[in-house]
Amino acid sequence: MKTAEGQRELNRYIAGGLLSIVLTVVAFAVVLWFDLTRATTLSIVGLSAVAQIIIQVRYFLHIDLSRQKREDLQLILFSLLLLTVMAGGTIWIMGSLAGRM
Amino acid sequence: MTIENLHPGLNLGAAHGEAHTRSEPVIFGFWVFLMSDLILFGILFATYVAMSNGTAGGPGPQELFNLTSIAIQTGLLLLSSLTFGFASLTLKHDEGRRRHLLIWLIITAALAVAFLGFEASDFHSMMQKGGVPSRSGWLSAYYALVGLHGIHIIIGLLWMAVMLAQISVFGLSYQVKVRLLMLGLYWHFLDLVWVGIFSIVFLAGVA
Amino acid sequence: MNDPIFGRLEWSSFSVHEFIVDPSINSAVVAGAGMMVVIGGIALLWVLSHYRLWGKLWSDWLTSVDHKKIGIMYIVLALVMMTRGVIEGVVMRAHQATALGGGFLSADHFAQLFSTHGTIMILFVAMPLLIGLINYVVPLQIGARDMIFPVMNQVSLGLTTAAAALIMISLVIGRFETGGWSAYPPYTGSVFSPDVGPDYWIWAIVISGIGTTLTGINFAVTIYKSRAPGMHFMRMPLFTWTALCTAIMIVYAMPPLTVSSLMLALDRYLDFHFFTNDLGGNMMNYANIFWMFGHPEVHIVVLPAYGVFSEISATYSAKRLYGYRSLVIATMAIAIISFTVWLHHVFTMGQSASVNIAFGIATMVIAVPTGVKVYDWMATLYRGRVRITAPMIYLIGFFILFMAGGLTGMILANPTVDFQVHNSLFLVAHFHNVLIPGTLFGMLAGIHYWFPKAFGFRLAEHLARRAAWLWIIGFCFAFLPLYWLGLLGMPRRSASFTDPTFLPWMILALVGAFTILGALVTMVQMGWVSIRDRDQLAVPVGDPWDGRTLEWSVAAPPSEWNFAATPDVHSIDAFAVEKASGRPYQPALQYEDIEMANPTAMGLVVCVAATLMGFGLVWQIWWLAILGILAIATSVIVRSFRTDTKRIISASELKQAHGNWLDRVANTPAVTRDEEISFRNRGRSAVDVVR
Repeated sequence: MKTAEGQRELNRYIAGGLLSIVLTVVAFAVVLWFDLTRATTLSIVGLSAVAQIIIQVRYFLHIDLSRQKREDLQLILFSLLLLTVMAGGTIWIMGSLAGRM
Repeated sequence: MTIENLHPGLNLGAAHGEAHTRSEPVIFGFWVFLMSDLILFGILFATYVAMSNGTAGGPGPQELFNLTSIAIQTGLLLLSSLTFGFASLTLKHDEGRRRHLLIWLIITAALAVAFLGFEASDFHSMMQKGGVPSRSGWLSAYYALVGLHGIHIIIGLLWMAVMLAQISVFGLSYQVKVRLLMLGLYWHFLDLVWVGIFSIVFLAGVA
Repeated sequence: MNDPIFGRLEWSSFSVHEFIVDPSINSAVVAGAGMMVVIGGIALLWVLSHYRLWGKLWSDWLTSVDHKKIGIMYIVLALVMMTRGVIEGVVMRAHQATALGGGFLSADHFAQLFSTHGTIMILFVAMPLLIGLINYVVPLQIGARDMIFPVMNQVSLGLTTAAAALIMISLVIGRFETGGWSAYPPYTGSVFSPDVGPDYWIWAIVISGIGTTLTGINFAVTIYKSRAPGMHFMRMPLFTWTALCTAIMIVYAMPPLTVSSLMLALDRYLDFHFFTNDLGGNMMNYANIFWMFGHPEVHIVVLPAYGVFSEISATYSAKRLYGYRSLVIATMAIAIISFTVWLHHVFTMGQSASVNIAFGIATMVIAVPTGVKVYDWMATLYRGRVRITAPMIYLIGFFILFMAGGLTGMILANPTVDFQVHNSLFLVAHFHNVLIPGTLFGMLAGIHYWFPKAFGFRLAEHLARRAAWLWIIGFCFAFLPLYWLGLLGMPRRSASFTDPTFLPWMILALVGAFTILGALVTMVQMGWVSIRDRDQLAVPVGDPWDGRTLEWSVAAPPSEWNFAATPDVHSIDAFAVEKASGRPYQPALQYEDIEMANPTAMGLVVCVAATLMGFGLVWQIWWLAILGILAIATSVIVRSFRTDTKRIISASELKQAHGNWLDRVANTPAVTRDEEISFRNRGRSAVDVVR
């Protein structure tokens, strides 16, 4: 990379990539090579997915907590809020129906 | 607004002049579009979860999923996200090295084609075992969710092809740069969706 | 197997066919409706040719990317579709008035009618009305020159028009679905409705849905990024605030509709099992996802109406809007809460009481911010210099009637009560009670309010008021009896009934329907008279009502670029403040070259291609569908290679045009509110009330 800033940004991409690989391996490993309870397995898979998404949002999409980016972070968080209501609501409703029918 | 960072995602920086400042509303608009796409996928995910018991006596995840292939696909897509990042950096800091930019884009596209190849092969072998969408509700939800992601990848590939043509025709004009920035957002977003897919569909299906 | 060239299309698919082989009143109505579309189309083509309007139509309208032109076209589309929607309502009322043991239509025909009526009114009347109004007004209100994505704006219009075209075509060739505007499977699935009806619905919904989503993005980004310097969020006019919240709601609410419709399409076309009775399908998820769109949708159509009421209550009282901050917060609260209540549309679907009560409480909560808004508007009128113009008649009708509709909504929000009146006429009365005095009155008031700005002359006030009264009276007769009928036990969507106690109320409702038809006719007459008298009604200076916000500071109609120099904003109600300080209508300190988007045929190409694609998908004419998709993709890609998409307008041209107009203003006498609806009002307002 020609510039120092460019090198910094390149390092961030590579760091993000490596962290993503690690988290992916963790998730696959816990399913394929370990014999934990379903609940534990799903929790670990879920947490590493969330972590990997945050890593990629931070390192690939360049969204952080700085003042400049705060509005964009608010957009993402608002979207996640609505998504939680919609997806969570669906699972709650359909679950209730499944239990009663 | 300071010169530094105007919009979400990779900002080109002051050296890019007009492309840096004028791109702001366009990129912001693309983010808003991605949010609507997020909801689209989110509802399909919720539907998939709600229908995970709907195998109707047909083949289920244990019989049909090939986790090795999924691991390979995950690696390919993640790598392609990284290589697109390298393309973006070349655009931002090494604008003169147009060939490098083209090469990183072509590598990204090749990785995506490989991803699709594995996915198509998976679909094929699943269908051979009776895992067709018309067999059950769960399979319908599976093909819709994973298929929609695949369609997005195909559109991304088409977009990449058009960008390769436009770079050749127009060089790195303002329009070309803005479109590459948007394509980058789109591409990284698709990898995020894939993280959701391999976790919720494949790993949770087999766990 | 389908024919490779014509798919499922046959001679018997034409709607006149049934009348030819089996004449009856029912088939005559069907054939007649189809013929009206064909004759209407031919008449339009004849008028355009005879008066040599093709050139002007092409250069001034069809290729324009100007938000003002696009806004007007959306509203024209809406009014055309509203004519069909109202006629369908009248036909249904007439049928039901004769439906004790029969009725003159077949049950199947009646079912298609209520399905098209609902689909048209929500998606092809209410949505285009509000999108058209927002398109026209918001850039002017925020001091911008256009929407931030003008070509995408045009494409959105093209997609909406294509979808409306499919709905109109379904009157001539084929049929429509019979499952209501919500089109629940498995009834609309391939087992129970293998005909083309649901497919027309699906593709109209999907195509217009994409167009609307793009519009939402356009509006939101424009309001975020294109405001004039100094116009902070808390200085925006309320109509712009409601437009912003509506736009954000559109972005988040349209995806569920797209998903549910495409899932239904997958079930029908590719034998998927999302919503089938067998093989693991779950039809309840359709209702779940549909209403995730459906509830925010009804708030999408009502918020801009609230925005209009904010504007007119202030302007026609010559007073500042009361409670600006509370109105903004209430708007945002309504927008967010509306995403958390969708289940109240299906309380009876079978989920537990806990689920029902959670959504029931959330539903009741929406009454609070809505009430705040109503009190704020009433407080705005209080002690103002109030003029009861046509928009104000709509506002007063809203105050009384919408309150009733909202209260019945609170009744329905209680799951226990809802179990008794779900899907009865009580529900039908409720939603018409909020949609008509809410959305429709707001949109009509907005049209009357901003019409002079758009066209340079006022609407004939006496006819406008008469139409407003006819709407109010017609609504009351057509829909208030339905509450009683619902409580008597009459279900909705009933092609016939056997209980004679229903009959008198049905006849009363029919009287109301004819009164509404009278309102529509009066509006046509109003349009005719206004155009005829446009020179006397002219208000070229552009401020006939002593408006408070920026759009009233420019000419009527505005120049293509809206503002010769982008205004500098220092407060809420910027124009009112300027007038009060004694220094309105000043030349700019500096004029600069500006860039405007060039006209393009992109929207038209997408419209035609999408119509062909939709028609091909409906009739399974695969080559046509593929051609349509390829045409759209190709035109997008080809356009992306064009570099000549903008042009420069020079500062000197702007300065000269502005100077000419300011001269005109200076030579126009200002009038006080006493002369507001006299012919002396040329659009310049004198300060006559101490604010």
